[in-house]
Amino acid sequence: MIKLDNLTKIFDTSEGPVTAADHISMEVPSGEICVLLGPSGCGKTTTLKMINRIIPATSGTVFINGEDTSAMDTVDLRRSIGYVIQQIGLFPNMTIEENISVVPRLLGWQPERYKARASELLDMVALDPSTFLKRYPNELSGGQQQRIWVIRALAADPPVMLMDEPFGAIDPINREVIQDEFLKMQAELNKTILFVSHDIDEAVKMADKIAIFRAGKLEQYASPDTILAHPANEFVAGFVGSDRTLKRLQLVRAGQVMGARPTFVQPQQSLSEALVIMERNEHRSITLVNSQHEPIGIISRDVAWNHQGLCGEHYEGLHGIAQQHDDLRTVVAQMFTADSSWLPVVDDQGRLVGDITQRGITHHLGATYRTQG
Amino acid sequence: MLFNQARRYLYFGLLLLVFITGVWAERSGVLAELLEYDEDIRYLVVAHLKLTLISGGLAVLIGIPLGIVLSRPSLARHAETAMQLLNIGTTVPTLALLALAMSVLGIGNGPAIFGLLVATLLPIVRNTYTGLLAVPAHLKEAASGMGMLPRQLLWQVELPNALYVILAGVRTALAINVGTAPLAFLIGGTSLGELIFTGIAVDEPIMMLAGAVPTALLAITIDFSLGLLAFVLVSKGVNPLRQR
Ligand SMILES: Nc1ncnc2c1ncn2[C@@H]1O[C@H](COP(=O)(O)OP(=O)(O)OP(=O)(O)O)[C@@H](O)[C@H]1O
Ligand SMILES: [Mg+2]
Repeated sequence: MIKLDNLTKIFDTSEGPVTAADHISMEVPSGEICVLLGPSGCGKTTTLKMINRIIPATSGTVFINGEDTSAMDTVDLRRSIGYVIQQIGLFPNMTIEENISVVPRLLGWQPERYKARASELLDMVALDPSTFLKRYPNELSGGQQQRIWVIRALAADPPVMLMDEPFGAIDPINREVIQDEFLKMQAELNKTILFVSHDIDEAVKMADKIAIFRAGKLEQYASPDTILAHPANEFVAGFVGSDRTLKRLQLVRAGQVMGARPTFVQPQQSLSEALVIMERNEHRSITLVNSQHEPIGIISRDVAWNHQGLCGEHYEGLHGIAQQHDDLRTVVAQMFTADSSWLPVVDDQGRLVGDITQRGITHHLGATYRTQG
Repeated sequence: MLFNQARRYLYFGLLLLVFITGVWAERSGVLAELLEYDEDIRYLVVAHLKLTLISGGLAVLIGIPLGIVLSRPSLARHAETAMQLLNIGTTVPTLALLALAMSVLGIGNGPAIFGLLVATLLPIVRNTYTGLLAVPAHLKEAASGMGMLPRQLLWQVELPNALYVILAGVRTALAINVGTAPLAFLIGGTSLGELIFTGIAVDEPIMMLAGAVPTALLAITIDFSLGLLAFVLVSKGVNPLRQR
């Protein structure tokens, strides 16, 4: 857990004092990612650097796991925090192995231990240790350097990580890939992370909590969904963008919104049975599943009305299918592509577990507004 | 790259020149005449090297730490002034420097070493200082943010990254040093200058050559050795000589 209590930084410059961080108070629970978000110059980096005392705070306190860090030795404090600075900070004079081992060596690990650790970390980001351990940073692509740079901060397994726009310098496509990799790692590692970004989409994707800064002040600190659904003021609303409701789609999984008791028929059932089920539920079509309970097609009300026989003889192909873990943005995109108002939802084994409708989605998004707004 | 290529051609041209000169020297009997000075040359080369290595070595021992000290943030305010003073030092002609050394310390090898040391010190301090300052601030920040002590930062990050520039300074310094050491003869130092200046004085070109050619060869050898040293010592990741 990281707790900031009235953290303030006033820089004395030749043009007078500049307040870069103004009484910032917030608490990041253990294992969560908090994204510090805001326009350039709003004090994100300053706030971050006060935590590992690269910048001494003017006033205020930082607690890590309940301990007041001002009582801790600066060097010990820093070695216990993974730090990823805004520019790529790999040391060009060291091999990748040496770069990754910096903190472990400072902590006095034995060579076998930190070497094994370096290989393990490279494996984690799918870079072959036998190729990369002995290379120098200038022999790596930008994306590879970025990965090394992030895993270097993980080397000594610090419980807390500070990351200053770690993916800022990378092209959008690779950024998505690295973000996904990082989230996958985080799901296992459960670090407490403060992560600076000025990209709202990145924040929505990565964050458990978002802290929005403006001119040194913390404007709002809440979950991404709350920030998007209920921006605290004009500034936050403007910053997250007029399409903020659409952004919320990314935050919700199909499984959370689907109707959990989907209607379906099996191939050996008759069309008239299908028609009865559809009429009872006021549906215009119904999913056909096979004996493994996997959706294999749909039967529309028109077909069931106009034909006689078994469902297995009169079905058409699926318009689309949603995975339980798909986010709503993906689901809605599929619905638009298929020109369909609903989709069957399947679990990881491909079995039908629910159905998701456009109405269900709008209702879900609207519910937050009605209950809290 | 282009620079390296140009250098290779230069070396090649130089070798060719040496070869042709050698053939000519043999044919015309100059070689035989030069070899008459064999004993003097051997003695003086050793003396010359002694002057160079002692004064150059002292310059390295003083210059690098001085450059390091000047580059520390706590001295940032005074460092520029100090560098300006050193820069004024470079503009004083070496001969004048030797003359000054003599007028204070008298004649002999001592003042010669002192004069050469002062002449050699400047490029070393300057390169150490600028090389260390050129290490990107974000690398230093990353290092201290990871919990390096100032000492560890210096040895593990700053010096390795500045080493190429520092060694380039040493190389320049020693080139100046070997080339200036003959002048030491004028203030009573023992060096190949003895053959050169005596040769000039008694109008004996072969004698002059017997001093000049070994001086040139010494300069080339020292330059080459330092190049080799830079190739080996400077980490492959920051070594311009080892980039493909
Ligand atoms: N060393 C310093 N001296 C004086 N002012 C500073 C210093 N460092 C930062 N500032 C000022 O403090 C404010 C906050 O800077 P900070 O680096 O925290 O911004 P940021 O939110 O990280 O911006 P960006 O997204 O561009 O990285 C800025 O107005 C900046 O000019
Ligand atoms: Mg910043």
